[in-house]
Amino acid sequence: MALAVPSEIPAPPTRSLTQRAPDMLVWGLVAVLLIFAVKPVEMNHVTKLFTNSENMREFGGELLHPNFDQWRLYVGQMWLTIQIAMWGTALAVLIAVPFGLACARNISPVWLQQPLRILMNLLRAIPDLVIGTLFIVAVGLGPFAGVMAIAINTGGVLAKLFSEAVESIDKAPVEGVRATGASRLHEIIWGVIPQVAPHWTSYALYRFESNSRSATVLGLIGAGGIGQLLFETLNAFDYHHLSAIIIVIIVAVTMIDLLSQLMRSRLL
Amino acid sequence: MPDAAVLSIRKASKSFGARRALDGVSLDVRKGEMIALIGPSGSGKSTLLRSISGLQTIDPGEGVIEAFGGPVQENGKISSGVRRTRTRIGFIFQQFNLVGRLSLFTNVALGSLGRIETWRGLLGLWPEETKTAAMAALARVGVADYAGQRAGTLSGGQQQRGAIARALVQKAKIILADEPVASLDPVAARKVMESLRDLNRQDGLTVVVTLHQVDYALRYCDRVIALKAGKIVYDGPANGLETKQLIDIYGPEFEDVFWEGAPK
Repeated sequence: MALAVPSEIPAPPTRSLTQRAPDMLVWGLVAVLLIFAVKPVEMNHVTKLFTNSENMREFGGELLHPNFDQWRLYVGQMWLTIQIAMWGTALAVLIAVPFGLACARNISPVWLQQPLRILMNLLRAIPDLVIGTLFIVAVGLGPFAGVMAIAINTGGVLAKLFSEAVESIDKAPVEGVRATGASRLHEIIWGVIPQVAPHWTSYALYRFESNSRSATVLGLIGAGGIGQLLFETLNAFDYHHLSAIIIVIIVAVTMIDLLSQLMRSRLL
Repeated sequence: MPDAAVLSIRKASKSFGARRALDGVSLDVRKGEMIALIGPSGSGKSTLLRSISGLQTIDPGEGVIEAFGGPVQENGKISSGVRRTRTRIGFIFQQFNLVGRLSLFTNVALGSLGRIETWRGLLGLWPEETKTAAMAALARVGVADYAGQRAGTLSGGQQQRGAIARALVQKAKIILADEPVASLDPVAARKVMESLRDLNRQDGLTVVVTLHQVDYALRYCDRVIALKAGKIVYDGPANGLETKQLIDIYGPEFEDVFWEGAPK
């Protein structure tokens, strides 16, 4: 078929003003919000970065000369932080397995699933720093408060991720197990768990990674570990030691990231 | 020798929205029969089979499905004793429905879940009897060599024979097979059909199998039940089925497609 030569070339498509209006409105709103936020967040202090550059240079100079004379203490405290993350994540998994199953739409009855979903949302919504503060009041300063803070917050997060994994399973193998006359619990153990196990493990490892960072921050409120040491050193303006601590944290967290990534990539 | 009915379906109907998958189906299956359910896609074969195992409810009303003299479902509700009934009915699926990440052995051992203690079943502490039964079943269908491999890594034919082994471990008296060979190559399909026929001939198991291939139905089964739009349009001996009736069931293209083993 021969192509007809058009007598008139059609105009390229254009978007009318009514089509563009929503976009313009949203971007305009964002701009207005940012402008109004300049004062409250003291964005006008940006000039201090330059006028106080003497401080910066001094601070930076000391940071560039880390003092590792107490490295045993740092490594010990870093290890404590990692242990906090390990126990916190382990308890979170214990919370997340039953709740994750009970929150999954495809295997749990509505009367159970809805209230538990709300409870898990609540656990997730409270930042671990807040939960940590509460536990410090309850059980006193120390690593245990950090463990509990991580366990509860991560428990909520993992329960959601676990239940989403359960919701995306293939139901055919479950039906295969059901057809043998198995009970509901058998169906879950043999039909559901084998399908979600690699995903669950991967999520738990990923959370362990981010929890070893959270555990560091929790130290700032007195939950022990390297974070507490960091905070104390910072308050003493001891920048040489501060620098050494930061380096220990960066090396440890990076190593955990790499290790956990390696394990996760082998799982799936 | 046919005797008492092991399956009895009375006026079973099932609608999916406006479509009627089953429309007042009644039939009896006697002990030791080997039955083929045929009919075009969407005629209700799978729905009927799944309803017999209580994997699916039929519409509320007068429809009743009984197995071994006890109800599987009535008035649109699965009976509370269905688990006990299911342990005596092996179900073979088109997509095998094995748990891919578990070993073939574990998949087959799952067949014993209905009769071993619950806690053993939950922990996977299979009794010696289950282990022996599982390996014997795997050896019988010819896939014992793959017992330790993950089911998901095996070929379709191997998985399907594993599924038959699971039904054997179940000590099922009835085997319901829903398109068991539709996803298999011809050689694997023949092995699966021969396994089913052996179980029927040697062990006296009752077998109901849905098939797309009419020639398999005629070759392996004694009785053929044909469904069309949810209604039974033929129920009788395989050798009583005529081309005219098949054309009526499948439509005029049937004669062109079905050039092998067609009845005269």
